[in-house]
Amino acid sequence: MYESLMKVLSGYGLLSGFAIIGLTMWVSYWISDTFTKGRLHGSAIAILLGLLLSYIGGAFTGGTKGLVDIPLFAGVGLLGGAMLRDFAIVATGFGVSVEELKRAGFAGVLALFVGVGASFVAGVGVAMAFGYTDAVSLTTIGTGAVTYIVGPVTGAAIGASSEVMALSIAAGLVKAILVMVATPFIAPYIGLNNPRSAVIFGGLMGTSSGVAGGLAATDPKLVPYGCLTAAFYTALGCLLGPSLLYFLMRGLFG
Amino acid sequence: MIIYGVAFLAFCTLAGIFIGELLGKMIGVPANVGGVGIAMMLLIFLGSYLHKRGILDATSEKGVAFWSAIYIPIVVAMAAQQNVYGALSGGPMAILAGTAAVVVAFALVPVLSRIGQKKPEESATAPLTKAPR
Repeated sequence: MYESLMKVLSGYGLLSGFAIIGLTMWVSYWISDTFTKGRLHGSAIAILLGLLLSYIGGAFTGGTKGLVDIPLFAGVGLLGGAMLRDFAIVATGFGVSVEELKRAGFAGVLALFVGVGASFVAGVGVAMAFGYTDAVSLTTIGTGAVTYIVGPVTGAAIGASSEVMALSIAAGLVKAILVMVATPFIAPYIGLNNPRSAVIFGGLMGTSSGVAGGLAATDPKLVPYGCLTAAFYTALGCLLGPSLLYFLMRGLFG
Repeated sequence: MIIYGVAFLAFCTLAGIFIGELLGKMIGVPANVGGVGIAMMLLIFLGSYLHKRGILDATSEKGVAFWSAIYIPIVVAMAAQQNVYGALSGGPMAILAGTAAVVVAFALVPVLSRIGQKKPEESATAPLTKAPR
């Protein structure tokens, strides 16, 4: 019986993904209505639940793909994989107002550069507080705070140790997860309720999954604006990390 | 037909990500340069052009609307496969570095929102939705 069930669930992976996520959404909206009277949006609770399940999955299997490492839930991986994620993010662009985008264009580009710079400085600051002094490690950890892709890309390019690379990936993961969790709570305080601030938010945060999740939990209408700028962030980080940022650090720390 | 909308969306996504890959190669960066953003631009501009020409009708647009509506469940599925365990077992320094970056970026959102806005017009900052979500 168990074998037959597993055969169906894994053979029809995408469908089991739809069923599992649909159930999660239903539970989340029920929690949202019953316990928070709708004040905490159902999608925010669903994302929190997803992250919690992913922690349990990771602790249970020791793998790196959260819940998806448990064979029963492998279908969720198809649904939430890069292909369908990008497909759906692009689809949200259909309702975008071109006027709003034009108005936020310059601020968005500025936000990208400020965002990479500020995250890098924050990461380097923490690394220094923990006793790192060499330019290579500082740059790698700093770029890890940019995104978990920029960190290892930069680290590999400038020859960081694997221990430092792992730290930089972890820092980037913490950032992505924290953005998903915290955005709906912080949004009212930073005026994140209009397309313009969403474009700036996407440029400042940059972590695509964090921005996608955080804005979805705040107001789905803002998603395309934030994701549009965030799409350029990791590439900008990969461009600046091993070059300008590393040279700056080498100049400062030798 | 709905498939026209889905196919149009697929074309825009593939084209955008392909251009992003090419840009990455050209600049020499091992990452996709704005693929999703470029795809979105294609969708917006090609979409309005085709709509004006009457090629993409309301039924076809449903093919795009469906995927736009399924976005949140997909993000939930994405959240369920983040390496949360790995992030938290990275130790206090990794957690602090990631947190510091987020706090700084949050604080900068209102600062940058003010820049380039000639005068504080009400319409520019009016919320999209009246009801808090």
